[in-house]
Amino acid sequence: MGRDRHPRPTRTMTEPPAVRWMLIGAALLFLGVFLLLPLAAVFANAIARGIEAYVAALREPDALAAIRLTLLTAAIAVPLNLVFGVAAAWAIAKFEFAGKNLLITLIDLPLSVSPVVSGLIYVLLFGLQGLLGPWLAAHDITIIFALPGIALATIFVTLPFVARELIPLMQSQGSEEEEAAMTLGASGWQTFLRISLPKMKWGLLYGVVLCNARAMGEFGAVSVVSGHIRGRTTTIPLHVEILYNEYQFAAAFAVASLLTLLALVTLAVKAVVEAHSQRTSVG
Amino acid sequence: MGFTLLYLSLIVLIPLAAIVYKTTSLTWDQFWHAVGDPRALAAYRLSFGASLIGAVINLVFGLLVAWVLVRYTFPGKRLVDMLVDLPFALPTAVAGISLTAVYAPNGWIGRYLEPLGIKAAFTPLGVVVALTFEGLPFVVRTVQPVLQDLEAEFEEAAASLGAGRLQIFARILLPSLVPPLLTGFTLAFARGVGEYGSVVFISGNMPMRTEIAPLLIVTKLEQYDYAGATAIALVMLAASFVLLLTINLLQAWTRRGHRP
Repeated sequence: MGRDRHPRPTRTMTEPPAVRWMLIGAALLFLGVFLLLPLAAVFANAIARGIEAYVAALREPDALAAIRLTLLTAAIAVPLNLVFGVAAAWAIAKFEFAGKNLLITLIDLPLSVSPVVSGLIYVLLFGLQGLLGPWLAAHDITIIFALPGIALATIFVTLPFVARELIPLMQSQGSEEEEAAMTLGASGWQTFLRISLPKMKWGLLYGVVLCNARAMGEFGAVSVVSGHIRGRTTTIPLHVEILYNEYQFAAAFAVASLLTLLALVTLAVKAVVEAHSQRTSVG
Repeated sequence: MGFTLLYLSLIVLIPLAAIVYKTTSLTWDQFWHAVGDPRALAAYRLSFGASLIGAVINLVFGLLVAWVLVRYTFPGKRLVDMLVDLPFALPTAVAGISLTAVYAPNGWIGRYLEPLGIKAAFTPLGVVVALTFEGLPFVVRTVQPVLQDLEAEFEEAAASLGAGRLQIFARILLPSLVPPLLTGFTLAFARGVGEYGSVVFISGNMPMRTEIAPLLIVTKLEQYDYAGATAIALVMLAASFVLLLTINLLQAWTRRGHRP
């Protein structure tokens, strides 16, 4: 990006044009093969059977049920992780306490655990054979192979995203303005709403959008806890898998194109947020 | 503060403890049998091996992409920069089916590999392709900021003393890039080891040959072998902890390295 802090490189400071273009070409070829082709393949395959087949695949009852379940899951997971992310970032950035690094590591943990393991832990806790299984069965509560399990696994997998965007942001901003507001008699909530929230809104926006994209697209963890009951416990990614395994490729890609569009929107939001935060940090 | 800890405990810590608890219900013999059986060993080998190869590919090309994005200007650069994060945002299942479509024998790339005798989809090579895709942003995004903040003075000094570009790169730039490169490499590797969604479509899932460790956990769960699944999950979890620790140390090193 155009953050030229140094004067333009002089001739001795850069490579000859031939080398430069060769390096650019190699980088673009690599990205083309690994990123652009798969991206284009989603849309090309989605409309391979024509626009009507595309629309039909999206309007089919099982697809609509999957879309509804995905929206519902995201509507549960994203707000919870938003509140957690703000609270965690607040605690880490504004207070000093023992074990802070451990806390940060724990928040990052879901990122390095295999999604399959993330799903498995809830099966072990709440499944029929699980620790709490007999008790839950006796009280007629189902968590695994139902919405609560899907929501829990999604919350686990997307837990770090809001917190990770906010922690570095709030740490670099410091807390002088908040302290000033407090000494002028503002309450904790007032300080938060009037001072802290406006300062972190861009980071917050990207965190939420990324969290939402991951919540809607999570496959491994949800696949373990969902039970794949068609039209009832299948989210959009699981519906894609079912269609694909039934050799309904065009329909699978049509449904997948929804998630791809969501991913592209997420990337666009990131670009906008970065442009804004750079402008404010420079200005 | 209290809320943060409570939420973390409920969502992350207690469920993870369930894995350890469940494993203790196995005898040592049962545990070793599940963890060390030939099919499990083949799955670890594939998961770790393919992740390693994918991470090495990303190490080389990630540095190249970061370099090109920071140092040169070319048309469409902002778009390319934006696209690098695609693997973070694209659901793994979507990546899996589209990579399979591209690399299958009749796919856009697969059809040119086929005459050369290279089969990508449904072979271990396909696993490497999927893991390279998933790990692509990590090296770029760890190297890019460090490369941006490097002071030009040392390069200028070296150039004025008569050093060539390659010499400057190897002696002056590379040493400061080693910590972020290693961080990105480990992040990509860690991501690959646990990856499931993108791999299951392209790999073909043949036991002993193209079955990754997370898939083996799922297979065992589907056969109601909860103990066996948990034992392998514990191995994977231990690997995640070690990698997470390594990443934290490397990140601390990176911060120390490029503090002005």
